[in-house]
Amino acid sequence: MPAVSKGDGMRGLAVFISDIRNCKSKEAEIKRINKELANIRSKFKGDKALDGYSKKKYVCKLLFIFLLGHDIDFGHMEAVNLLSSNKYTEKQIGYLFISVLVNSNSELIRLINNAIKNDLSSRNPTFMCLALHCIANVGSREMAEAFASEIPRILVAGDTMDSVKQSAALCLLRLYKTSPDLVMMGEWTSRVVHLLNDQHMGVVTAAISLITCLSQKNPDEFKTCVSLAVSRLSRIVSSASTDLQDYTYYFVPAPWLSCKLLRLLQCYPPPEDGAVKGRLVECLETILNKAQEPPKSKKVQHSNAKNAILFEAISLIIHYDSEPNLLVRACNQLGQFLQHRETNLRYLALESMCTLASSEFSHEAVKTHIETVINALKTERDVSVRQRAADLLYAMCDRSNAKQIVAEMLSYLETADYSIREEMVLKVAILAEKYAVDYSWYVDTILNLIRIAGDYVSEEVWYRVIQIVINRDDVQGYAAKTVFEALQAPACHENMVKVGGYILGEFGNLIAGDPRSSPLVQFNLLHSKFHLCSVPTRALLLSAYIKFINLFPETKATIQEVLRCDSQIRNSDVELQQRAVEYLKLSSIASTDVLATVLEEMPPFPERESSILAKLKKKKGPGAVSVTELEDNKREGGELNGEGDRGPDPAAMASSNASTPSPSADLLGIRSAAPVGAAPTSVGSLLVDVFSEAGPAAPSAAVNDDGFLSSASPSEDPAPPLSEADELLNKFVCKNNGVLFENQLLQIGIKSEYRQNLGRMYLFYGNKTSVQFASFTTTVSCPGELQSQLNASDQTSGTTGRGWSPDPTGTQHRVLTDFSDAPLLNIKFRYGGALQNLTLKLPVTINKFFQPTEMTSHDFFQRWKQLSQPQQEAQKIFKANHSMDTEVLKAKLLGLGTALLDDVDPNSENYVCAGVIQTKGQQVGCLLRLEPNGQAQMYRLTLRCSKDSVSRRLCELLAEQF
Amino acid sequence: MIKFMLMVNRQGQTRLSRYYQPVELSRRAMLEADVVRCCLSRKKDQCSFVEYKDFKLVYRQYAALYIVVGVTDSENELSVYELVHNFVEVLDKYFSRVSELDIMFNLDRVHIILDEMIQNGHVVETNKSRILTPLTALDKMADG
Repeated sequence: MPAVSKGDGMRGLAVFISDIRNCKSKEAEIKRINKELANIRSKFKGDKALDGYSKKKYVCKLLFIFLLGHDIDFGHMEAVNLLSSNKYTEKQIGYLFISVLVNSNSELIRLINNAIKNDLSSRNPTFMCLALHCIANVGSREMAEAFASEIPRILVAGDTMDSVKQSAALCLLRLYKTSPDLVMMGEWTSRVVHLLNDQHMGVVTAAISLITCLSQKNPDEFKTCVSLAVSRLSRIVSSASTDLQDYTYYFVPAPWLSCKLLRLLQCYPPPEDGAVKGRLVECLETILNKAQEPPKSKKVQHSNAKNAILFEAISLIIHYDSEPNLLVRACNQLGQFLQHRETNLRYLALESMCTLASSEFSHEAVKTHIETVINALKTERDVSVRQRAADLLYAMCDRSNAKQIVAEMLSYLETADYSIREEMVLKVAILAEKYAVDYSWYVDTILNLIRIAGDYVSEEVWYRVIQIVINRDDVQGYAAKTVFEALQAPACHENMVKVGGYILGEFGNLIAGDPRSSPLVQFNLLHSKFHLCSVPTRALLLSAYIKFINLFPETKATIQEVLRCDSQIRNSDVELQQRAVEYLKLSSIASTDVLATVLEEMPPFPERESSILAKLKKKKGPGAVSVTELEDNKREGGELNGEGDRGPDPAAMASSNASTPSPSADLLGIRSAAPVGAAPTSVGSLLVDVFSEAGPAAPSAAVNDDGFLSSASPSEDPAPPLSEADELLNKFVCKNNGVLFENQLLQIGIKSEYRQNLGRMYLFYGNKTSVQFASFTTTVSCPGELQSQLNASDQTSGTTGRGWSPDPTGTQHRVLTDFSDAPLLNIKFRYGGALQNLTLKLPVTINKFFQPTEMTSHDFFQRWKQLSQPQQEAQKIFKANHSMDTEVLKAKLLGLGTALLDDVDPNSENYVCAGVIQTKGQQVGCLLRLEPNGQAQMYRLTLRCSKDSVSRRLCELLAEQF
Repeated sequence: MIKFMLMVNRQGQTRLSRYYQPVELSRRAMLEADVVRCCLSRKKDQCSFVEYKDFKLVYRQYAALYIVVGVTDSENELSVYELVHNFVEVLDKYFSRVSELDIMFNLDRVHIILDEMIQNGHVVETNKSRILTPLTALDKMADG
């Protein structure tokens, strides 16, 4: 019975739809559709011209098929034809097809634009609306170019019909979003703003969307909209429910318009004009009052519409954050909703209250609802509502209620949905740290967290508890005792074993007096978990064992026995094996003094922003954690981490080899910024890195070739250059300024300039720690034969200050002849008593002394031919390591110092450069040709220079750059 | 703003879809299936707003038909929720007791109605009789 179709029913279409509905299976449906597609194709391709009605019918069928989820790749032309029909229904289907199926870069746009142009000038309002809809839906650049200047005129013209104005406003909004450069608002601004006064509510509704967007981009130009919006809002809010007739929805006057007005006002600060502000406050009070009045209708639509306005008004009140009275009233209103029977309202109230909690005026008022919120967390049946409740608890937490909230969140965790556990864990960890007054509570909380939701406890969380325990003397004994007890559980989470291993390894001695936790008991407890753990945890445990040998000499024999057994010393995992071998040897060779020095207690960690907070922010996306929260954390966090009372203790650190930064700095969440000391240890190596780090930055803990500790006395010789020094060098081939080097302590910036055969380089040393470096010295040297090739002299000024050195060190270079090696920069200083010794290569490369040479195509190839001896040419074919984008390549070649010659190479894809290298004694001419092959992602680089060593060196240098 | 509006039945068949932000054609089917699964699995007493990826879904059920609206975070959920109802009331008025079949067989007209109410992801008209003006004019002409 396909009689349901209204009006000019298309019979063929109705039959087709009925057929589809009657299909018993997906296969039958697909078969029917394919048959229909074939039919339509043949109709469109046929010789007989189709009339408008048939075209409309077939295009309509295609739309229906598309809706069923099938691709439509034809019919666009027929749809475009329909646009020029005089019949509304045909035109409408044509436009509908285009706005659903044509994307903005279609080649049909020009045809469509023509049709739109005709309709816009037709003066037929329905046609104009269709055309404007179409522009708003497709919104391509080409359309913007064609119509951007005309739409504002239509929008503000006095004789434009209301419905056309509505469409024009939304159309302009789209064009402004896609091509803001083409939409010139200047002269129209005030007339557009005055649309807020239009007597037609539909026009106002449409115009607000446009004005809101424009205000966000140019708040100053549209400032006048505030007073207009306030007076409009005031008229609506104070009107009787019947005044606005058709714009009244279930006795609520113009709810959507009111919401949009309130939203527009949120683009601006509170009005400065007292009268306007007074009127607005009055509006907001009226809205709050209305929420308390008995409903005019029992229908849910009535209360929903009323509450939509209420929530928007509360958003505005929160946005202003300046009216304590309104804020508290808003809070009380939301408090009522928290117990409403409508789930939607409870959800929105929790969400809205979350933002109220961060206002100082309403924070206390929000806190009074804590019991209700806790109850919501326990009893709500919808996980998204529970999630909001958890968010709100987190937001309302402060010192006064932290213990209660953390306890509730912990107990909720036991049954929490998997989807939100990780976030909950992070939140509990942050609150526990932020509001810890006594650290035993903090330690208890985190260990509970691991016990309850171990799988969801990320590295950041357990790193953090260790950081804090190490930094706080007063909690270490308690932590050791608690973790020891937690490990007694027959099944405990691997994260617990990690924390246990680390803490007992450091502070097990603090509880060793009790016979129930004697050293051997502690060791046996840890070792009983060993076999169930993953490789990184086992590695950590091995390190804890060697620390035990130092803490408790009486366990030495037992532990050596364990290390010696085949499953350790011959473990198939190379990391575990190495640790077992090295620790065994260390424990048998080294004297007690050496052991004590090497296995010294970990020094305190420098204070940083909690890595957990960073993780939560990442998880929630930017903006999720408010700025105030960050500041809060700084303020409150200081208390736990002891800002002033305990800086790093130089005396303690001097005795410790571990004072050099080791990869255990991962604890601080700065792994990415630590290029120093590529220690040959695997991930998860925490304790052991302190000994195995052979990096030049820690010569005092140097490890000789056998991998055993050889010397504990600090060496004064310059360390060998860092292994990555060459890489650092490559970074600066095509640029002169930047960061040369960075580790946890030090950042070195570089600025250089070159003229002919002279160069000057400024080095900026930045101290990243909070303490002064002692005896900071730098020396520049030219190793080996470089001495005869390059004069490098430095004018060092001692820098021991904190932060950036006020006077950069200058280094002058004079190139005597061509060279291939780089001068070395050695830096020595004492940090916390330990000598830091660092050697870098200065990025002085031969190409820095280039003078660009411009030449014509003819000259270039003449020179090219002259340099045809085989040793003068160097060529390399290599794979692209970086972007092959033309602009990037050009920038690099210019940075190289040569002239980039256009129109020289017959193949425009290729790059040709020429330059002269100035040395003291001679000039070396160089020609370069770079041939990219985008398809294969390869380059061929050819260099011809008047000196063969220069060709080779340049070729080597450049091959790393592209 | 509103990102898209879907009408789906309990079997998950799309009856109407309108996108106000470009979504590649190939990705629409996936998105629709996922969104529908997300809403259909929810119980009556759960709330009508769902966080979905980086935006929100507001949905409302009418017998076997679900209307799902994807909105950005800044949109007022309740007003969208009632907008859906207003839309259904307009359909009801035009088709006198609208059913899923009416929507299937009169897709073009449903689109005209929707386009009168929402343009470019923003509410433009909420007045029922004005929303229906073009359609009533059309039916009077009966030019088919």
